[in-house]
Amino acid sequence: MSPAQARADVIVVGAGIVGSACAHELARRGLDVLVLDDRRGGATAVGMGHLVAMDDNPAELALSAWSLELWRHLAPDLDDASAYRNCGTLWLAADDVEMAAADAKRATLAAHGLDCQLLGARALATAEPALRDGLHGALRVAGDGILYAPNAAEWLLAKGGARIIRHAAQVVQVCGNLVRLADERWLRADAVVLANGIHAADLCPDLPLRPKKGHLLITDRYPGRIHHQLVELGYVTSAHASEGTSVAFNAQPRPTGQIFLGSSRQFDTLDRRVEGPVLARMLRRALDYLPGLAGLNAIRSWTGFRAASPDGLPLLGPHPGQPGLWLAVGHEGLGVTTAPASARLLAAQLFDERPPIDPTPYQPQRFPLAQSAVPAQEARP
Amino acid sequence: MSEHYDLLIVGAGPAGMAAALAAAPSGARIALLDDNPVPGGQIWRDGPGAHLPPLARRLRDGLERHAIPVWSGTRVVAAAGPQALLLEDPTRGWRVRYDRLILCTGARERLLPFPGWTLPGVTGAGGLQALIKGGLPVAGERLVIAGSGPLLLASAATARAAGAHLLRIAEQAPLAALARFTAGLPRWPGKALQAARLFDHRYRAGSHVLEALGDDRLEGVRLWQDGSTVELACERLACGFGLVPNTQLAEALECALRDDAVAVDDWQATSRPHHYAAGECTGFGGSELALVEGAIAGHAAVGEQTQARRLFPRRQRWQRFADALARDFALDPRLKTLARPDTLVCRCEDVPYAALAGRDGWTDAKLVSRCGMGACQGRICGGAARVLFGWTPPAPRPPLSPARIETLLCLEDEA
Ligand SMILES: Cc1cc2nc3c(=O)[nH]c(=O)nc-3n(C[C@H](O)[C@H](O)[C@H](O)COP(=O)(O)OP(=O)(O)OC[C@H]3O[C@@H](n4cnc5c(N)ncnc54)[C@H](O)[C@@H]3O)c2cc1C
Ligand SMILES: Cc1cc2nc3c(=O)[nH]c(=O)nc-3n(C[C@H](O)[C@H](O)[C@H](O)COP(=O)(O)OP(=O)(O)OC[C@H]3O[C@@H](n4cnc5c(N)ncnc54)[C@H](O)[C@@H]3O)c2cc1C
Repeated sequence: MSPAQARADVIVVGAGIVGSACAHELARRGLDVLVLDDRRGGATAVGMGHLVAMDDNPAELALSAWSLELWRHLAPDLDDASAYRNCGTLWLAADDVEMAAADAKRATLAAHGLDCQLLGARALATAEPALRDGLHGALRVAGDGILYAPNAAEWLLAKGGARIIRHAAQVVQVCGNLVRLADERWLRADAVVLANGIHAADLCPDLPLRPKKGHLLITDRYPGRIHHQLVELGYVTSAHASEGTSVAFNAQPRPTGQIFLGSSRQFDTLDRRVEGPVLARMLRRALDYLPGLAGLNAIRSWTGFRAASPDGLPLLGPHPGQPGLWLAVGHEGLGVTTAPASARLLAAQLFDERPPIDPTPYQPQRFPLAQSAVPAQEARP
Repeated sequence: MSEHYDLLIVGAGPAGMAAALAAAPSGARIALLDDNPVPGGQIWRDGPGAHLPPLARRLRDGLERHAIPVWSGTRVVAAAGPQALLLEDPTRGWRVRYDRLILCTGARERLLPFPGWTLPGVTGAGGLQALIKGGLPVAGERLVIAGSGPLLLASAATARAAGAHLLRIAEQAPLAALARFTAGLPRWPGKALQAARLFDHRYRAGSHVLEALGDDRLEGVRLWQDGSTVELACERLACGFGLVPNTQLAEALECALRDDAVAVDDWQATSRPHHYAAGECTGFGGSELALVEGAIAGHAAVGEQTQARRLFPRRQRWQRFADALARDFALDPRLKTLARPDTLVCRCEDVPYAALAGRDGWTDAKLVSRCGMGACQGRICGGAARVLFGWTPPAPRPPLSPARIETLLCLEDEA
């Protein structure tokens, strides 16, 4: 059986926030896109949806800052269900060392043109009275926000109108610009974009992706307790760890009045179960910062997997060994934030244009990726 | 260090009480817990408006005589390690370890959405019963009861005893099925008598609710009856469409299910060693079946196979009654079509039917609509979605019901 030409210019594998943003961008540029997703669900369905400027390295800052700008630009058109709020982030400093780190972060972000200011202990207590006494202050980043990512992904796809066709199907093999579906059909398009998160490694085993498990918990509705996304500065240390289990305080005010708590990081497990000891450690950390949470009711906890690359940056661009295959994977704990800019970077490379930021740090060829696996016999065009 | 018991029993309804009393003479260290204020479960729910039958009193007295600790107002929040549970009551959260566990978590009413079902004045059939036993005055109020199964009759009896003016019991099962069921009743002592007291001219077979009418509260109900629609003015409508086994805790403990109920063998043992289940969480069948299953589980859990086996014939008799119930009160597929596009399915999050129809499954629907994401975590709309769309919600995650964050801190130590 020879592969059928998909009735589309591009096939996108995965309808999470990244695949949806890619499809949206390609449709905006006039291409017909076929989006394949088997609805197994991914990180988009479980993540926190904090839109946050991260500056662990210049490339991360360049991508996240640009992407935040794109989200703010989309915001007025987003539907209610996407629940975008420009609540800003407070990076909390527990002591002098962290206050110095806050100041350094301020300098970095400000140099990049981001609106941010340091709050002293008193200003912090006024802004967020539920925080414990004794914190030294915080860095407020005004442009950050939150998003309900599953519905934002739906919205991005819907905005593509007739140019985006969605098909519920499992992809079991990719080979350059060919994909094989679970029903043994092969489809071909001018380009295939692999955007199926942690599962990309099933289809392309050479991708250097590791799962990083995270726990989250949500409370019942308690409106008005907190106002910003609250993150401890120690979060950066937790997010950087490459082994072991770490937790950091991260709290989000949901538009429903619920309080959404993170976060934990664990390596190399794909067990979805909530682990009591990890959850409890994470909550103890949260109580360190918000003691008033102790008596509030939690209604649910769950877990998810971030797709982590060795350098923490996503892989955006052509697969060096498989002509016709493009990668948009490895977004770790920041893919909701960086989806729109990732899509722009990918599209710019597909159209052979110069994007507003340098694409090199994100290009897949920085890793040793294998040549195309020989396509199955029947697949040869 | 957490507390330890030889045998822990969750649920103090007929099954849980019978299990505790069967196991007590063995000398095992037993504890019984339940989220209601007093033991009795759904059927013997206590309160200012309740009249407890002698059997219920005897069971309660038995628990006292054996000095079995009963933790009332206590919920299981989560599994907390290999053989341990995390519990919460109004004042504290704590961990309890056990050698053997018996799940007697019972069942809850199945509520199905129809236009107007969220109006004040509309409740579940068992729900109304519980409200009356809790002291809700209904004297002189006009009442319609609709849905399916013997619980409608029990609810009617309670409401009439409390002075409600019962206009109609609308049973969705067709007359032929009911005739078959009642013809079999004499085989089960007591049941025929119960039925005779309850059936009367207000009872209609093959009849179901179409809509609850009213603006700010219930003013009337439109029913399908004898092939046409009728409207009745009333202040109360109580609807229940059979029972759904409470399997959340069993699922959290990774016990296998069969037909949406906890799967058990002859000894009431679940698929997980040292874990037993009895009563309506293993499938509905009435309090008599729950009692005998509970006793078998209690004996089996303390190693008394002979005593357990002696009860097998009794269980079998009541199991036949349960099978007849399941067969004759099967839900009419038309009940799936009552909801309109704007009828709420999820009350916690105000999600209408139209937001769910056409989605790919429970998880997909939940993600885009927030259905099941509220405080009840899909306990109500999940049961409805199962009937309406054939969706199965995934196994529950902790907490099994809303729990204080400080309680969850006890999960830190799994030793
Ligand atoms: C606990 C946690 C907290 C997070 N918090 C944040 C945060 O606050 N801010 C932030 O920006 N990011 C956060 N993230 C990260 C963010 O959620 C992810 O980076 C992002 O959702 C990744 O999106 P994606 O589209 O690449 O992948 P996914 O969302 O995983 O989507 C992949 C899609 O592909 C489909 N699929 C997979 N395999 C196949 C196949 N073989 N065939 C067909 N379809 C397939 C799946 O069904 C799925 O829909 C968090 C992640 C986790 C786990
Ligand atoms: C709403 C309702 C009303 C009913 N009214 C009648 C009636 O009037 N007459 C009649 O003959 N039959 C009635 N039934 C049916 C009757 O309950 C059963 O036939 C039978 O008695 C079931 O006994 P059981 O012990 O299996 O369960 P139940 O009596 O349901 O007892 C289960 C107990 O476990 C508790 N529980 C469950 N999960 C947890 C947890 N995680 N933590 C702590 N506690 C937990 C529940 O609160 C409950 O008290 C009713 C059923 C329902 C659902």
